[in-house]
Amino acid sequence: MSNSKAGSSKGSVLVVGAGVAGMQASLDLANSGYYVHLADKSPTIGGIMAQLDKTFPTNDCAMCIISPKLVEVGRHLNINILCNSEVQSLEGEAGNFTATLKTHPRYIDLASCTACGQCRSVCPVTAVNEFNQKLDLREAAYMRYPQAIPGGFAIDRGICIGCGMCEKVCLAGAVHYDDQPRMTEIEVGAVILAPGNEVFDPSGLDTLNYAKFPNVVTSIEFERILSASGPYRGSLMRPYDRQEPEKIAWIQCVGSRSTNGCANSYCSAVCCIYAIKEAVIAKEHAHHDLDCSIFFMDMRTYGKEFEQYYNRAKELGVKFIRSRVHTIEAEGEADLKIRYTAEDGELREDVFDMAVLSTGFEVGLETVALADRLGIDLNKHNYAATDVFMPVSTSRPGVYVCGTLQGPKDIPQSVMEASGAAAAGGALLAESRWTQTRTREYPPKRDVSSEPAKIGVFVCNCGINIGGIVDVAAVREYARTLPNVIHVEDNLFTCSQDTQVRMAEVIRQKGINRMVVAACTPLTHEPLFRETLLEAGLNKYLFDMANIRNQDSWVHMHERAKATEKAKVLVRMSVARAAMLKQLEDRKVGITQSALVVGGGVAGLNAALNLAGQGFKAFLVEKETRLGGLAEKISRTIEGTNVKPYIDGLVEQVRTNGSIEVLTQASLTSFKGYKGNFTSTVEAGPDKAEHTIEHGVAILATGAHEHKPVEYGYGTNERIMTQLELDEMIEHPPAEKDPGKWKRVVMIQCVGSRNKQNPDCSRICCQSAVKHALQLKETNPEMEIYILYRDMRMYGMLEDYYMEARRNGIVFARFDTDKEPEVRTNGTGLAVVFSDHVLQRWVKIAADAVVLSAATRANDTDAIASQLKVPRNANGFFIEAHAKLRPVDFASEGIFLCGTAHSPKLIGESVTQALAAASRAGSFLAGKTLSVGGAVAHVDGQRCAACLVCVRSCPYNIPKINEEQVSEINEALCQGCGTCVSECPAKAIELSHYEHNQILASIHALLAGH
Amino acid sequence: MECTFEPVILCFCCQWCSYAAADLAGSMRLQYPTNVKILKVPCTGRVDVISLLKALEEGADGVFVSGCLIGDCHYVLGNQRATKRVAYVKKLVETIGLNPERVEMFYNSSAMGPQFAQCCRDFTDRIRNLGPVCKIEKTATGPTPEQRASA
Repeated sequence: MSNSKAGSSKGSVLVVGAGVAGMQASLDLANSGYYVHLADKSPTIGGIMAQLDKTFPTNDCAMCIISPKLVEVGRHLNINILCNSEVQSLEGEAGNFTATLKTHPRYIDLASCTACGQCRSVCPVTAVNEFNQKLDLREAAYMRYPQAIPGGFAIDRGICIGCGMCEKVCLAGAVHYDDQPRMTEIEVGAVILAPGNEVFDPSGLDTLNYAKFPNVVTSIEFERILSASGPYRGSLMRPYDRQEPEKIAWIQCVGSRSTNGCANSYCSAVCCIYAIKEAVIAKEHAHHDLDCSIFFMDMRTYGKEFEQYYNRAKELGVKFIRSRVHTIEAEGEADLKIRYTAEDGELREDVFDMAVLSTGFEVGLETVALADRLGIDLNKHNYAATDVFMPVSTSRPGVYVCGTLQGPKDIPQSVMEASGAAAAGGALLAESRWTQTRTREYPPKRDVSSEPAKIGVFVCNCGINIGGIVDVAAVREYARTLPNVIHVEDNLFTCSQDTQVRMAEVIRQKGINRMVVAACTPLTHEPLFRETLLEAGLNKYLFDMANIRNQDSWVHMHERAKATEKAKVLVRMSVARAAMLKQLEDRKVGITQSALVVGGGVAGLNAALNLAGQGFKAFLVEKETRLGGLAEKISRTIEGTNVKPYIDGLVEQVRTNGSIEVLTQASLTSFKGYKGNFTSTVEAGPDKAEHTIEHGVAILATGAHEHKPVEYGYGTNERIMTQLELDEMIEHPPAEKDPGKWKRVVMIQCVGSRNKQNPDCSRICCQSAVKHALQLKETNPEMEIYILYRDMRMYGMLEDYYMEARRNGIVFARFDTDKEPEVRTNGTGLAVVFSDHVLQRWVKIAADAVVLSAATRANDTDAIASQLKVPRNANGFFIEAHAKLRPVDFASEGIFLCGTAHSPKLIGESVTQALAAASRAGSFLAGKTLSVGGAVAHVDGQRCAACLVCVRSCPYNIPKINEEQVSEINEALCQGCGTCVSECPAKAIELSHYEHNQILASIHALLAGH
Repeated sequence: MECTFEPVILCFCCQWCSYAAADLAGSMRLQYPTNVKILKVPCTGRVDVISLLKALEEGADGVFVSGCLIGDCHYVLGNQRATKRVAYVKKLVETIGLNPERVEMFYNSSAMGPQFAQCCRDFTDRIRNLGPVCKIEKTATGPTPEQRASA
């Protein structure tokens, strides 16, 4: 089946696990020209994210942001979803693997199932609903959640009694009790593992009494409680008596940072911030002032702008109690008494209505077995073993990893890593791009613009979902009486494959030029019917849908006559609108097959190299004379790996790569054009020679630098230094001042971070301090090292090093902002005064050196930000298009970001993000052409008074006043929201497909006869 | 005397959040009055003053706009623009003697099916209590939108 070059790699990829990471990797690869098999052991895709209520730090509704991705994956021509499927074995090598998959029976044929739900409604069996964390019940015939993709049911034969009711009522004949497991062999060039994690089960922790007290819930249960579509429909209630709690406690680090009762010594990296989010959202849900307390050890809000979220939560009254929780005991009938040791060492207790255990992540046993079958190494915590500089590559070449199997992480990190893994896989298979993908051919289009409207109306019964409530025949006959309608019919299932074929036939035979389908919802089915129009040779925009199921028969089940009347009105509105619809052409524009990468640090180098590996030309622009960036000042990673050989190797690869053109001492002088076709000019070299670069995409990797402290007497004494300066001294000890000979060192954290000027956390300074402290201890075990900190943010596996540091006798002393330490210099003497939180008194110690863990600040990007018109936050870091799901895209398409220009991060994290940006850029370039136009806004120059209202109201700054002194909207850039249309006082702007007359026609039809 | 007034209510939903919430209300089989008819727009930012006024002029007894939650707009600020326009239309209709309560702005995320159904119930009750809108007669020569388009 492969028509790739003989002996070369396969142009397809197997992605294992269809959570947010697996979906992102699949989309990137499929859009880049690879055929994707996406396997998941559950009957649906979506993973844990589909169960979440809101997401931090934007408080976006998780379902709102994940469902467009679910739909995109579900209908992608080049993604083959394999539900209920597990990989049994993987033979072969990178480029040419054979994977054997076992698909467990679903008992419902997805090709026939229309998700009408009849099977569920007659199913007599009830079982606990795992999706809602066992807080409510479901039937044996079930769909995990209403928005699930694939949108079909499954039968849980574990509980099914085999009564045969569902088989009888299923008009589509989709139920097959005799469904059997199937084994499939697929040939792929690469494998991406994204099977995800499990949430720690706290049942075994007897001190917390989770198994015993109903009002002790896990954080994921609490997500379902908060969710509007959850077991309590978004009402804040506690399980025991369904009363609204007035006082809730969150207990952090349950199943994380502990070897007592669990084996997870690492930090789960996400629980602090999600606990804050849950507390904030719970407060929003409560009908009174909800008392929220979070019991924690270190508050690890280390992500981009998470610290500000933490600060806002404090302002909202969420209480943060630094403590160790001892036990949760019963108090009265269902309340809970929490006994804890406060920071001062006192044992205290308090009574709550409800407790939420912030349970951590762990790799499930099934995943451990999967890793074994696939032959990839795991680390001591059962996470995939990866190299610090190759964070998405597993021990087996051609097998990549992303998401929480790589290490515990949050959604944006998972999404970045998924794109990163896709980039690595894509570069491996570049020569086989587009060899196994499918394309759809359509018959030539018929131009109907001069024809009068001839509308065909297709009314769906949806089994009995519509027909059981609405009198479909009456609606059909009513449609016949409407203006411009030349054909009507009703179908049992309008969406079924055979009906689609017949509809296209009817359209051709009768000369129908507008189609109205009265059925379910356009959000799921419009693409399908548009496809049918294309098959029939019509423009896909000549279509409208009347939603007579989700918005009629299902919500008016007890008012049949009224529901029928409403269906008629909805059809009348659709027919009126359809008559006004116009053909819209999507125009194809070529994409320049090259990228501009700004910044020659670790991120820029990796991005350029991967793009070259994918087969694209890259221009790398660096302002300094050398490549390497900030990483050149770092000697070793905390894992002990030398950085210099890595950077040197990377620079060498870039310098010798024929597809990469490096420009040093370079600066961008102009930037013009739009996505797909940009033109930049760059002045480079000592003579400032001007280069003109044509490129389809741009990646900003402008980096960051260490803040020069103004605090703690920095600059007044050479023994007060920053972490990077200490790094240099450790690596190249000066003869006179060998740090190995120091007797006592004090490190001070959060210098220039988490303060008024810079409210954000710099993420990497805690690990810098621990790394250097361990290195100093190794050189001189007698050395006394003090780290004065506010919270030790040793997230994920970094916790191992924090534990090692404490074992090695490094002293960690915490301070609050109202009791900051003080550095005193007296001649050559150096001393630090700090308040010890255990002794609860001020202590003064002399020190040989004071090391300041200075903030990481964004490099100066004023010029480039204004040239590219990309946004930055208050601290100069670039702002991505979406904090969760588009972490390396800018809102302006075709421009991407990575590395420390986004926010402070470790080298490995920069590598991941660089690969992610290369993946996003590569999948954009791989399309070779771009469709522009469609449902976008157009200005009628004759009516435009250049009043600038559109210019000011557009959220994307697209309208411009052109040379003719009228507004002009670039159809390639317009996002189609219609805000300018509504604001324009002269009504000079029309949004295609939502034109004034089209909207007014619907309104007029609604009110006809009133 | 028994009230038999059945108001006609138009609801504009953005295609990203509120239209999905309305669909979810259906998936969850949450019942609300048939009076509400939904019109899908890409973003509530596309709902202009004239559309809201036209609906009332042609006889709708109540009109509401349902957008994404504030801060969650798929197009950044469309729902905030719509909020301002709804407030403006409320003032406008008051000057011509209509009760501003006939026009409203709501926010429903795509997971808020129950809340969307509740909005429909509450708004229908509200309009039922207000009674029929006094129909503003069209001028004798006023063309319909279809006529205007073909002109």
